[in-house]
Amino acid sequence: MESLKAYNVKAKFQKVVLGVADIYRFVRKVFKQFFSAPLEIRETAKQFYNVGNRSLFLVTFTAFLVGIVFTKQSRPSLSSFGAESWLPSLVSQAVVRSLGPLITGLICAGKLGSNIGAELGSMKVTEQIDAMEVSGTRPFSFLVVTRITATTLALPLLVVYADIMALLGSFLTVAILNNTGFMLYFNDVANHVTYTDIFSSLIKSFFFGFAIGVVGSYAGYNAENGTMGVGKAANTGVVISMLIIFIIDLLSVQVIGLFR
Amino acid sequence: MTPDSSSAKHSSPSLEGRKTVASVRDLKKSFGDRKALKGISLDLHESENLVILGRSGTGKSVLIKCMVGLIEPDDGAMNVLGFNVRTLTPEQLNEMRLQIGFSFQSSALYDSMSVRENLEFPLKRNLRIFDQQKLDGMVMDALQEVGLKDSVDQYPAELSGGMQKRIGVARTLILKPKIMLYDEPTAGLDPITSAEINKLILQVREKYGTSSIIITHDISCARETSDRIIAMVDGRNKAEGSFDELKNLKDPDLEPFFNY
Repeated sequence: MESLKAYNVKAKFQKVVLGVADIYRFVRKVFKQFFSAPLEIRETAKQFYNVGNRSLFLVTFTAFLVGIVFTKQSRPSLSSFGAESWLPSLVSQAVVRSLGPLITGLICAGKLGSNIGAELGSMKVTEQIDAMEVSGTRPFSFLVVTRITATTLALPLLVVYADIMALLGSFLTVAILNNTGFMLYFNDVANHVTYTDIFSSLIKSFFFGFAIGVVGSYAGYNAENGTMGVGKAANTGVVISMLIIFIIDLLSVQVIGLFR
Repeated sequence: MTPDSSSAKHSSPSLEGRKTVASVRDLKKSFGDRKALKGISLDLHESENLVILGRSGTGKSVLIKCMVGLIEPDDGAMNVLGFNVRTLTPEQLNEMRLQIGFSFQSSALYDSMSVRENLEFPLKRNLRIFDQQKLDGMVMDALQEVGLKDSVDQYPAELSGGMQKRIGVARTLILKPKIMLYDEPTAGLDPITSAEINKLILQVREKYGTSSIIITHDISCARETSDRIIAMVDGRNKAEGSFDELKNLKDPDLEPFFNY
């Protein structure tokens, strides 16, 4: 019984190691094709538009609400210390450093990770990818590299947009509760958000985008077992992307801490 | 040339003196514990329609997928159009694939593209043709071949199974392949549509002189389209000859096909 348990653990460990090696090969192929194959500008632009189009409404809505909620919840604590005027500083740093990238990353992981996984997964199980392969049309470059490039480039832009929306939500709350002016609020924000905050947020979101693209594409491109495989690919695209986003966030906090 | 035209006649010309365009020797492939191919061999001659007849799950599709490099075999040799398939670089593999048309069992049309876009796709990506007038001409010519000119702006989901198969054939014909591989061309189709597909296969050979391998378990497809049949049982060659020769063998493994 014990040896069977040990065997199962060993088999699972082997599966994880093989999976990691396979993802490594996949990422290496992405870079190789990105730099060697002809640029798929039109398809990348189309995917870039899709990424923005699919996520914009959710990002707008969620970021705006987060700005309102975070401001409302922080205000009583700051008031009790008589530090209500620090509200724009607190909110802006929280939004730019962490909340903006994290919320955008998680929304995009849910929306795009599943979408890419399901889209490529259904193409795989209906032999559309094989059909592209046998007609010599380089499906990896056309389907995978373009999607990963699009998510990698789009995420930083979406994060900037989400930051603005969250700050607008926060301003609206402060304006209603404290009668604070637009210029006063955003001057305070500008005085407390540093270039390090902005660049670290952008670099972090760049990696978020890359991770979402890679995980979704990998899951979809390797889908098997019919419609069940498509569901699994979509699910993997979401769950693993989210997990990786939290890991990248944690690592980035450690690295950025060295520069502050 | 439309599938229901009566111009195509099934002739079984002698294969003597004809060049071999593809040969497979002792090909083996396993998936885990399951041995799909246990040492199959074949020769395909110029302008020949070779039918691989066998029950589902005997490894027929695996065989042709190995021939185009979609599946890596475990052992054996394959030479297709002078290319040693097992030792090709990705560039050489692409060069070989451009000369082979593969009609998938599921048709494998790109469902996010219209019929026109499906047919334009290999032209744009392989032959780098972007002149819309030229593309339109080539697309309409290919659709004319399969009798579906009116479906040019429809999407795959709007087409019947038989129409999808014909569009799939048109998409491969547009690159003027030297070898056509048909994977279960009549599977899931009614007898009338199946007869149309059989005629189309013969017409393709008549017009372009292509050599074809037709994978099927449909005895009427085998009778209508074959110059020669290889019967495959349990991943191996069981018998070889013309339709009548195989019918008269009275082999217990083959009799169920002919008595059905």
